[in-house]
Amino acid sequence: MTYLAKPKFHHPDLPKNELGYTHRDYEGTVSTLCAGCGHDSITAAIIQSCFELSIEPHRVAKISGIGCSSKTPTYFLGNSHGFNSVHGRMPSVLTGANLANRDLIYLGVSGDGDSASIGLGQFAHCLRRGVNMVYIVENNGVYGLTKGQFSATADRGSKSKRGFINTDNSIDLVAMALQLGASFVARSFSGDKHQLVPIIKAAIAHKGAAFNNHTGSTKSFDFVREHNEAVNRLDFISSRMPIEVKYDPGTVEVVEQHDGSKIALRKLAADYELHDRTAALGFLQHHAAKGQIVTGLLYMDKESEDLHAHLRTVEAPLNILGESELCPGQEALEKFNASLR
Amino acid sequence: MPTATPISRVNDFVIRFANVNGSGSASANEMFARAVMRMGVPVAPRNIFPSNIQGLPTWYEVRVSAAGHLGARGGTDLMVAMNPQTFDRDIAGVEPGGYLFYDCTKPLPPSKFRDDITVIGVPLTAICNREYTDPRQRQLFKNIIYIGALTALLDIEVAVVEKLIGEQYKGKDKLIEPNIKALHIGRDYAILNLQCPLGIRLKRTNAVGDRIFIEGNSAAALGAVYGGATVCAWYPITPSSSLADAFTRHCAKLRIDSATKQAKYAIIQAEDELASIGIVIGAGWNGARAFTATSGPGISLMQEFIGLAYFAEIPSVLFDVQRAGPSTGMPTRTQQCDIISCAYASHGDTKHVLLFPEDPSESFEFGAQAFDLADRLQTPIFVMLDLDIGMNHHLSKPLVWDDKRRYDRGKVMTAAELEAGKDFGRYLDVDGDGIPYRTYPGTHPTKGSFFTRGTSRDRYARYTEEGAPYVDNMQRLVRKFDTAKDLVPRPLIAAASKPTKYGVIYFGSTSPAMDEAIHMIEARGHALDRMRVRAFPFHSSVNSFVADHDFVFVVEQNRDAQLRSLIVNECGIDPVRLVPILHYDGTPITARFIAKAIGDHLDQLKVKPMKVTS
Repeated sequence: MTYLAKPKFHHPDLPKNELGYTHRDYEGTVSTLCAGCGHDSITAAIIQSCFELSIEPHRVAKISGIGCSSKTPTYFLGNSHGFNSVHGRMPSVLTGANLANRDLIYLGVSGDGDSASIGLGQFAHCLRRGVNMVYIVENNGVYGLTKGQFSATADRGSKSKRGFINTDNSIDLVAMALQLGASFVARSFSGDKHQLVPIIKAAIAHKGAAFNNHTGSTKSFDFVREHNEAVNRLDFISSRMPIEVKYDPGTVEVVEQHDGSKIALRKLAADYELHDRTAALGFLQHHAAKGQIVTGLLYMDKESEDLHAHLRTVEAPLNILGESELCPGQEALEKFNASLR
Repeated sequence: MPTATPISRVNDFVIRFANVNGSGSASANEMFARAVMRMGVPVAPRNIFPSNIQGLPTWYEVRVSAAGHLGARGGTDLMVAMNPQTFDRDIAGVEPGGYLFYDCTKPLPPSKFRDDITVIGVPLTAICNREYTDPRQRQLFKNIIYIGALTALLDIEVAVVEKLIGEQYKGKDKLIEPNIKALHIGRDYAILNLQCPLGIRLKRTNAVGDRIFIEGNSAAALGAVYGGATVCAWYPITPSSSLADAFTRHCAKLRIDSATKQAKYAIIQAEDELASIGIVIGAGWNGARAFTATSGPGISLMQEFIGLAYFAEIPSVLFDVQRAGPSTGMPTRTQQCDIISCAYASHGDTKHVLLFPEDPSESFEFGAQAFDLADRLQTPIFVMLDLDIGMNHHLSKPLVWDDKRRYDRGKVMTAAELEAGKDFGRYLDVDGDGIPYRTYPGTHPTKGSFFTRGTSRDRYARYTEEGAPYVDNMQRLVRKFDTAKDLVPRPLIAAASKPTKYGVIYFGSTSPAMDEAIHMIEARGHALDRMRVRAFPFHSSVNSFVADHDFVFVVEQNRDAQLRSLIVNECGIDPVRLVPILHYDGTPITARFIAKAIGDHLDQLKVKPMKVTS
């Protein structure tokens, strides 16, 4: 298998976004994952989100690790720079890229092997630091590329195709992300496009570490569908659009983001408090004990800051600074020399 | 009277302070070394310390050399024995005719001493107990008191030390007066009770010139500032931590925007070495100049990422401040033992560019140049310091910068060039030097994007596992490495005073000891051409230097003759022609060691003229 080019032809009447791009301009090459894979649904949702947000494709950097999920950046945003790095290390590569140029949008794509096993440390530390990114985990509880071994997010007691029973406890990345200080935490089911797209759009608009766990699987669709406990439904409203959607009073919370965009949240669980980290954790654990998977936008910090704010870096991207900004010159060096005699 | 004649030399001796670490002796001892420098006498201090916070033995060796020999010499002329744990072996290390300075508060039996050295007792504990009540003060001022006594014994100008005290406690002015008082307590005791000065002593001279007193790690970090590094990611590890600390310090002074007070740099203390190098590679990929500072164990941890940076061709800079391995080894002892692990770091066929600075001045120079090389060659560049260069103060040439110098950002295709229709293939060798063009992410809306990966790809960065494009790419990487040979710092050659069939190759911190040893070797009647290698890949002059001599000694500070292996391997040289001279006990290599090892070899080789009988 080499490079699968997609035909560039498209229907002249395809809808265009504010920048004049069509949906096709946000696509990548043809997916080589298994037909029907949940990862492809996420790819489609990313394409739709970026199209609808009218993001310039080349202003996005898409960075991944190794694995099925990490292959997906090839399948979206063909005009963006992509970086398929090493297993479990997407967060550090993305952190460095983000430090170099704060003006791009960073999509970090990872899987459950990548983030919950080999890369658990990097997953934790990049969320701690508040790197401004969308951290997507395409979580299916299984290692696809190496033919079906359990991942660390697989439920205890689940049975593999070859008949092995998983006896290890599973890692809940969403609960961990909450504990680690991620300022935007969401979980959605990859089969639910109406849930997925607004979450991704809101995550892109969020400033700080936005953690998205997208549960999808080749084997547990039905299970997830049956046990999905959605706490809210989202409508994402860009800063350039007026709020047009009408809601019944008391059922909707409108949250404004840094860039002026708004999220209209239709509450499905009346007792769910979006801005309370501790309560969110309790809610998740309570439902997990009952075998339910809570989905939706689970936590959002309205006052979030990112790593650049912590480091007080200049507004200009570091990668465009030249000698005049960076090199102190001979005069400063002579002073330095004089202090050492 | 000692049985050996007391050593009598002006501005030429070695003094060793034996202390317990955590006792506050380091700053007093460093002040002593600075005082020697301020009197215009070249000085080379070396801190020999344990991997521990408090309670283990530590030594501070100060070599005083009007002739300017700054390498470790070996042997001690004056031992300041302040550590009872090591007293016996400290005394054993004194040269015959040397001196012992000790705290004589508690009488010691004559069997504790030697009869061929001069013993000088000062009741330091008794003096401190008399003068101070606070136990911490008793300890701290004891250090200054012995420095005071030494000013009298070694003829050090007391005003020089007083000035240094004033500088050291500037801003904590309350501490100046008590320290100066302690200094004079010691000095007065010595003048009243001891025969001053000793046979070894100082005399003001003018041999220091404009040289500066600096640690290699600080100089290398300043090189990174001048070289335009904006991203630093690191994980603490001896002996490299002070490099990242120094970068932080230098940046706080030199890289804050005067108007906004914002930082023109980003420093991340990462969770481990893997994240450190990952951050560096991410930043390098995105067009910033980025580096990490680490030591051998960190290099081991970074292997996978280094291979990615090599294969995906991402500029990155690694400062490896080497320490004695393998494994945890001797974390606070020096070696040049990461040569092979850096040159061929990572799995698969890889080769990396290494720079070998000899001292702080070159650490600054190469520290800056590494970023130009990384951008030009689009590959990891290793700056190979070691603990001796990095963590010790060295009397070094002043640092210089040419204000006309511009950063070489390498081959970066711009939006205008893409717009004009210039063909962009990320791995396309358009100039025949093996170096392709790259684009920074976000350059152009529809042109110039590509996918970076550790998997094989064709010239247009498209994933492939076909044999031919893989081989094509690997061959181009070899071409690129050949290009590097002429870009990296050239070896320096110093010819012997007369033609000779023998040569010596050395590098890095071996330099000052080698410079001194050459005189000792010549004094034994041997001539030796010298080559100091300053980078890998080797310039063609390395091949010709070996070809021009029957035998070449390769002096290095590791067990396995790693540089020699690299020369044999990369230059295709018969190993028999390269004689390894190896020093790897963790202490800095000495002139005496080199002179003896090479001298003994040459003595064996030297053909004595046959006696002609009539």
